[in-house]
Amino acid sequence: MELTSLRLKEALEGLENKKFSSVELIKSHIGRIKKFNKKINAFITICEEEALSQAREADTLIAKKAKNALLGIPVALKDNWVTKGIRSTAASKVLDNYIPQYDATAVVRLKAAGAIIIGKTNLDAWGHGSSGEHSDYGNTLNPWDYSRVTGGSSSGSGAAVSADMTLVGTGTDTGGSIRQPAAFCNVVGLKPTYGRVSRYGIIAMASSTDSIAHLTKTVWDNARVLSVTAGFDPMDGTAGKNEVPNYEDLLQGKISGLKIGIPKEYFGKGTDEIVADTCHKALKVLEDLGCKLVDISLPHTKYAYPVYAVIQASEVSSNLLRYDGVRYGNERKMFGDEAKRRIMMGTHSLSSGYADKYYHQSLKGRTLIIRDFMEAYKKIDVIACPVWPFLPFKFDERAIDPLKMYLSDVFTAPANVSGNPSLSVPAGFSPDKLPIGIQFMGPNYSEDLLYKVAYRYEQETKWYLKKPKLYE
Amino acid sequence: MNKYKPVIGLEIHVELETKSKMFCGCPADHFGKKPNTQTCPVCLGLPGALPVPNKKAVEWTILIGRALSSKINSVSKFDRKHYFYPDLPKGYQISQYDEPIAKGGWLNLTLRNPQGSKTVPANLEGSRKFRITRVHLEEDTGKLLHIGIDTLVDFNRSGVPLVEIVTEPDFDNSKDVKRFIEELQVVIRYLGVSDADMEKGSMRIEPNISVKKLEVGSWKLEVKKPQTSNLKPQTVLPNYKVEIKNINSFRFVKQAIEYEIERQTELLEKGITPRQETRGYDDKKGKTYSQRTKEEAHDYRYFPEPDIPPMIFSKKYVEEIQKQLPELPQNRMQRYIKQGIKYQDAFTLTRNKRIADRFDKTTLKIKTVDNIRVSDVANIIINRKETANLTIEGLYRKLKEFKNPRQIDEKALDDSIKHLIEINKKAVEDFKKGKENAIMFLVGQVMREMKGKADPKIIKEKLLKILSI
Repeated sequence: MELTSLRLKEALEGLENKKFSSVELIKSHIGRIKKFNKKINAFITICEEEALSQAREADTLIAKKAKNALLGIPVALKDNWVTKGIRSTAASKVLDNYIPQYDATAVVRLKAAGAIIIGKTNLDAWGHGSSGEHSDYGNTLNPWDYSRVTGGSSSGSGAAVSADMTLVGTGTDTGGSIRQPAAFCNVVGLKPTYGRVSRYGIIAMASSTDSIAHLTKTVWDNARVLSVTAGFDPMDGTAGKNEVPNYEDLLQGKISGLKIGIPKEYFGKGTDEIVADTCHKALKVLEDLGCKLVDISLPHTKYAYPVYAVIQASEVSSNLLRYDGVRYGNERKMFGDEAKRRIMMGTHSLSSGYADKYYHQSLKGRTLIIRDFMEAYKKIDVIACPVWPFLPFKFDERAIDPLKMYLSDVFTAPANVSGNPSLSVPAGFSPDKLPIGIQFMGPNYSEDLLYKVAYRYEQETKWYLKKPKLYE
Repeated sequence: MNKYKPVIGLEIHVELETKSKMFCGCPADHFGKKPNTQTCPVCLGLPGALPVPNKKAVEWTILIGRALSSKINSVSKFDRKHYFYPDLPKGYQISQYDEPIAKGGWLNLTLRNPQGSKTVPANLEGSRKFRITRVHLEEDTGKLLHIGIDTLVDFNRSGVPLVEIVTEPDFDNSKDVKRFIEELQVVIRYLGVSDADMEKGSMRIEPNISVKKLEVGSWKLEVKKPQTSNLKPQTVLPNYKVEIKNINSFRFVKQAIEYEIERQTELLEKGITPRQETRGYDDKKGKTYSQRTKEEAHDYRYFPEPDIPPMIFSKKYVEEIQKQLPELPQNRMQRYIKQGIKYQDAFTLTRNKRIADRFDKTTLKIKTVDNIRVSDVANIIINRKETANLTIEGLYRKLKEFKNPRQIDEKALDDSIKHLIEINKKAVEDFKKGKENAIMFLVGQVMREMKGKADPKIIKEKLLKILSI
């Protein structure tokens, strides 16, 4: 049996039943990373020695019948997650040599649950991108088709989970950065409620929309990891105080009678037919399970992306000021084009004389978008829609035109603007075997409901059983 | 000839003495500490670190606001103020822009020269209100140390809570400014929220100065008619202002303002409008110098700090904080004057809360039979520095002794004097030979035998009476 083909749930059972050791589990994953990473480029840093030494400790604990939510499990962290003693670059050369003095709260929680960091994954530098093409450490290739992008910015985590290099890959979702690679790589990706997982120790992109979570092979796996990372944090003033259930225990149960809203704005022109059809097929599955499909409208959808773009760029321009060339060893000229572009747009949007027209106007727009969703959730329980308007695209197809690239975020950014949770799950493939995802959105703190719907759908379709064929 | 009128407003920064810094758990007391020993990811602005506001600092800012009769905003928020400087590790300062914790308010100042006037009406007529624009909370920056050609940064001060108090441009002379900031310092110290020490930098003053040319023959400032009837008439301000930074004493504030008024007036005389700029003060030369002109001014690009949710203050919450307000120096002074203390003494007593408290506690002990007046208490506290370390009981006993020496047994005193004259024949003779000092020796001997319970003046009188027969 190939240990890397296991899903988190099976791996935990195998470790507990001593079918294999954590050392074996880690070794097989690192072996696979070493074999394919040169090509796929999912990892910026591989933590082989540290991971193995922690695996030995985990095995000692397992031998003593110790139990823990992620004991002995390999986890790959997006490189904008700050890790004590492990270089954290955010995929920007500005932080090429940066070794943090502390762990992000989510890292502390993963470690406390027994998880083992096997490496740091690639991303669009600072999280700026939807395709993975803006990393200073090179493109991450889509395991399903090496000529195509993984989606971004959590490109490395998407590819690594999809290519069986890790059981869990973490990410950050500021405008779609977890859901987009999830959809393009046939894995499950959660953008939780804003504040559900602490942002402390996550290198900030846009502070008011940064949502912290992870990508996994299945819905159960995803729920288990959220049970570990979620919860209040005194170090983050925006972290929610809501209690954290064991999400994986809430997956069972009927979903019949649930009202699923289908927003017409997400299925109009601009959405590829194959994407729309695939989503409609997925919705048909849910309808057969007893869900009620309801046509709805989110009238301000067309403003969601511009609103997001202005607020995000404004906050980016502020958050990147600390890399001023005085600290961290590298000059500001090390910033890549995309970061420079956003710094300029954001600085302009906040400048006196322009702030009213751009930044303040966007805040007003944000209120309208939040209201759209609130109104919708009065009538329906969950919203279902595509993650992307199109299929995984070829490298440079969109990167040459920033505006064309930015349009990638039209279906994902609204949930970031409103703060609501959204879960991307595999929904099938195009005739060319390219993955397509569907996202379920819900009101704040409805992650349990989203997981439940996605879990039932996953049980019916089992898209996660399809695997990409890798070559070196 | 004086056809110019200065227009001066103030920005005052006060470092709060909270235990921890504004947005992290590092100690806020940075004075004299080894550089960079009180830092963490938050106050160093490391990647991923987030600020969480210090509740005590927020409450103390509300307290300062209430002490200045400001209105506490029911919703307040933090904003980011962006500028580049090596002592600012995030590239922005967390401050407050359009929704400060407190706005409006005033501080009353007695305008009469405290030295010159013995009585001031109890209601402090003759006092003037200087209006407060706003009181807000922000974080202090690190500190740059220039050593030779090197510049070093100490981040111990980075993130220390800093309250900014802004006044309306209500001042027209340096004396009022000095008195205002001295009074403000006393108020801050009364609240126990800061030592407000200018030399240590825990209180910093930045005056904004311009000079207004008056119409010849008119002593009045031009007044703009309000647009709508509910607006108060507003003084038309000059079209420039000069901000002065880096002043570290009350005296230098006064000197800097005086220098600046003169400099600007001279320019205006020549028909030149002074430049809008920020100037520093060189206390050695006694001059201000240009630091940054309007053209070089920052666009701070304020926007709401997304890492900190807005703060909502209920009426009840503000009332609870307000209960901590002590009786403030001006009110206390007014009360003392009503109690019969002369103005100068009331002023002196109220400069220090500890002394004023001592005064109040002692006056509470007064019994009618003791023949002590409140002014006697004021007198002993102000003029008898040697009593400063006595307990309240000890102080009161001393007062009784000073006031009622006759209450001691006259007979015992007379007997004691007679007795000591008999046994100190030498001293008596010395005195009769003209040695004036000998009488003091005798007074001392009597005092000792009376265990101090006698008035030396009276003993001396009695001795002289007996010996000169």
